[in-house]
Amino acid sequence: MIRALLCLLLWSLPAQAQEETIENPTGETIVAGLSQNLIAITTNFTGSEILIYGAIKREQAIPEGAPIQVIATVQGPSGPLTVRRKERKFGIWMNTEAVTISRAPSFYAIASSVPLNEALSETENLRHQVTIPSAILAVGIASEAEDAPVFLDALIRLRRENLDYVLNENSVKLLESTLFRADVALPANLTEGEYRVRLFITRDGVVIDKHEEIITVNKDGLERWIHNLAHEQPLIYGLLALFLAVFAGWGASAAFGLLRR
Amino acid sequence: MQLYLPIAELSVNAFALLGLGGIVGILSGMFGVGGGFIITPLLFFMGIPPAVAVATGANLVVASSVSGVLAQLKRKAVDFRMGFVLLAGGLIGSALGIWVFAWLTTLGQIDLFVQLSYVLFLGLVGAMMFKESLGALLRARKPGAPIRRAHVHYAVHKLPLKMKFRASGLYISVIPPMLAGAAVGFLSAIMGVGGGFIMVPAMIYLLGMPTKVVVGTSLFQILFVTAFTTVMHAVTSQTVDLVLALLLIIGGVIGAQIGSKIGLKLRAEQLRILLALMVLAVCLRIALGLLLTPDELYSIAPGRFP
Repeated sequence: MIRALLCLLLWSLPAQAQEETIENPTGETIVAGLSQNLIAITTNFTGSEILIYGAIKREQAIPEGAPIQVIATVQGPSGPLTVRRKERKFGIWMNTEAVTISRAPSFYAIASSVPLNEALSETENLRHQVTIPSAILAVGIASEAEDAPVFLDALIRLRRENLDYVLNENSVKLLESTLFRADVALPANLTEGEYRVRLFITRDGVVIDKHEEIITVNKDGLERWIHNLAHEQPLIYGLLALFLAVFAGWGASAAFGLLRR
Repeated sequence: MQLYLPIAELSVNAFALLGLGGIVGILSGMFGVGGGFIITPLLFFMGIPPAVAVATGANLVVASSVSGVLAQLKRKAVDFRMGFVLLAGGLIGSALGIWVFAWLTTLGQIDLFVQLSYVLFLGLVGAMMFKESLGALLRARKPGAPIRRAHVHYAVHKLPLKMKFRASGLYISVIPPMLAGAAVGFLSAIMGVGGGFIMVPAMIYLLGMPTKVVVGTSLFQILFVTAFTTVMHAVTSQTVDLVLALLLIIGGVIGAQIGSKIGLKLRAEQLRILLALMVLAVCLRIALGLLLTPDELYSIAPGRFP
């Protein structure tokens, strides 16, 4: 019994800490779930669709005033990146300048019930880092190139063209200001790791409540075995690759030899 | 059918890869080249990361050259002694190449270096072969024209450390074949090629080897150098993709057997002129990529580089 109480206490602590950062005058909270918390990358993996669904829980009637809005974000594992630019030198195009981005997510998708600038104010975006540029940490890039911001724009543009960064405004379906759902497509070239799903409800551009979930993306089956072997036993892996190649070459030669007879 | 590649971390069409392997295999069997100089740029165009394309390309060349070497062995067209001398140089060159590859990757200049190497070597070798084989074809048509000597004695033949290569009918210094082997080993590591397109002309024009043993011997050397390169890349950078390699290999080994049969039906000059034209076409394609304004000036690489 005491242990159960302790568990409950520990479990509620972070929730309380979070409450303090968000002012919630109307007492509306998010209740949400995901269609899956685990994505397995197997040999025939061609991408995945996740469904984020939920409801806005209230103790009282829907407050008067601006309607409530929902924003959902899915963020892949982050890491440092180098963005390079080609320039013509001696008649040929080569990489000349480079800018290092301290941290950028491998995947980032935003879905919202109305255009993002209506759903979220500038200050709230700074606080919660919702938009694509605010999800990228690019400190000290100004010293690396004269026009460093251009490199950052290029990174976002390239990743958006590649559908690694997605902004789907008006894609969250919100029913009666209470029930909502958002569909987010994950591409085939997913990086392994933990994907952070965040949900925000806002009114007048101000965040009222926030909810977080984690999706784990893992390689599975043969893919997992190959990947692990390559990184943990590289010599054995290299020799295996070699053996397969030699065996296949010999096998084809022998098979064709038999056919000729 | 889409397949997910575990090391390249992307999904590709399995049949496209099988077909690609098949084409490369046919070239391999016909000309005694590994076909890496075609497959590596094609893998780049498919969006495979360059490091994975180069390492996996080397693995593919292993398979197609095993198949090719076996076919050539039956015809007794391999000069083992020459093969081992070339190989000794090749391993040294490959080790050096893997080190340079890693260094240029951190500088962000690996793509440029690889492309420039392609343009330079393919252009030079292609032009030389084209000119020579066209001349040979024209001479063959004109009866009574002076017959070319088996090989000409250059300064190469005055070097020390001479050795007898019976299968090739040569008595030359081991230094030029060692150097040629090292150059090819270096290119194998950097460009993901077997180096046959350099080795074959070097053997014919530099060492004066008879055409009938050239293909088999170059395949023999390429086999061991690319085997070494594959394992080295797997150990140093974990960039060999088994699934990608397996698909290319299945197409490749079947193609190699077909190619080796086609090769028997064509005359040596015709074979060489075809190879020369192909080498020049690839060279031109890559040169245009360097000279024309690219569609995209920016590129993203993971990690933090100085």
